[in-house]
Amino acid sequence: MEDEVVLLDLWASPFAIRVKIALEEKGIKYECKQEDLFNKSHLLLEMNPIHKKIPVLIHNGKPISESLIIVQYIDQVWNHKSPLLPSDPYQRSQALFWADYIDKKIYGIGRRIWMGKEDQEEAKEELIQTFKTIERELGDKLYFGGESIGYVDVALVPFTSWFYTYETCANCGIEAACPKLIAWAKRCKENESVSKALTDPLEIYGYLLQLKKRLELQ
Amino acid sequence: MADEVKLFGMWASPYSRRVELALKLKGIPYEYIEEDLSNKSSLLLKYNPVHQKIPVLVHNGKPIAESLVILEYIDETWRNNPVLPQDPYDRAMARFWAKFIDEKLLTTARKVSFATGKEQDQAIEQITEQLKLLENELKGKEYFSGQSIGYLDIVANVLVFWFRNLQEALGVDMFTEEKFPIIFEWIGKLVKIDTVNECRIPKEKHLDYIRTRLEALKFSSK
Repeated sequence: MEDEVVLLDLWASPFAIRVKIALEEKGIKYECKQEDLFNKSHLLLEMNPIHKKIPVLIHNGKPISESLIIVQYIDQVWNHKSPLLPSDPYQRSQALFWADYIDKKIYGIGRRIWMGKEDQEEAKEELIQTFKTIERELGDKLYFGGESIGYVDVALVPFTSWFYTYETCANCGIEAACPKLIAWAKRCKENESVSKALTDPLEIYGYLLQLKKRLELQ
Repeated sequence: MADEVKLFGMWASPYSRRVELALKLKGIPYEYIEEDLSNKSSLLLKYNPVHQKIPVLVHNGKPIAESLVILEYIDETWRNNPVLPQDPYDRAMARFWAKFIDEKLLTTARKVSFATGKEQDQAIEQITEQLKLLENELKGKEYFSGQSIGYLDIVANVLVFWFRNLQEALGVDMFTEEKFPIIFEWIGKLVKIDTVNECRIPKEKHLDYIRTRLEALKFSSK
């Protein structure tokens, strides 16, 4: 019986991109359905009634929400190729820790930058510190996953499309502060799974400007 | 070679208590180190430089931080009495609800603690909704994890002592048997388990602790 895999998506969402990269890495065929967050479909509300958010992966009719939980699910179910999480429990725990760190920090701090309110300067400092911490963890490795992309790479790389926005909004100086991270981002894009899924930085900038306007009107 | 397991924790922290519960359920011997959060030890700062928080598990010198990450590590390293389900979908659901408890329920609990008047009422409404959603997960089951206690019960253990103590210290009415009969039935089962009781937060000490902290915050915000 063929697997039926559907992804409820929003093209700009870095969280959805994580799932797309994971699906591509595993060579899984899936159907992508675009959602409008200001006009959510019945399917989304049915499949994620608790949070009403994307991404949602629907595997043979069963929904899974929360991007990192989805990526872990994909890694466990399609374990025939491209393991994203290490098999060693300690290495795994470190990967889970760092992906959780990325989840706790990047989106929230980044939002304060592109919303451009009084806390923008403070957010800029925090973002650079966060990237520096992450860069230290990368060290001299090719990827966070070692020789090939892994769970932490998947968790972080979608946000690299947002660097242009952070620079344009607040002149963050990410490249100067974190050259290794920039090099890592370039390296990630050499992987087809990543280059296929990543959004264009200019399109993201346009999208966020629109989103900011809409949020301010609410 | 004998395993060396250390847990840096804090007696009133539900995150710390859940790790203790997991270790005890698996029968893993460990050394417990109580941290004074107002004066963190250099060891804690060394083992968790990123967040500088407890709990931290140190296994043969290697540190793991973040309670949910620690729970998964414990389950993978000590394979007896597995706490996470084997089935990938069930695993995903368990992780989803654990995240819900930590990111939604406990965040709202904090709002209830620090807010007053109308804001507090709104927070209580919000937490009631969240608790109802969580309660649905118990329907038709002995425990969150099925026939016996597991990962989600260990995470939801925060409701058994910490949450009820918080409610009492605040003098609010948000978590009662009338409102949540199924959750309270589950609590009744949990408190009968010896291991769960060994990890209970001492009530009077906890009530005192919460009240003192809230007073201190009221003063500092003036």
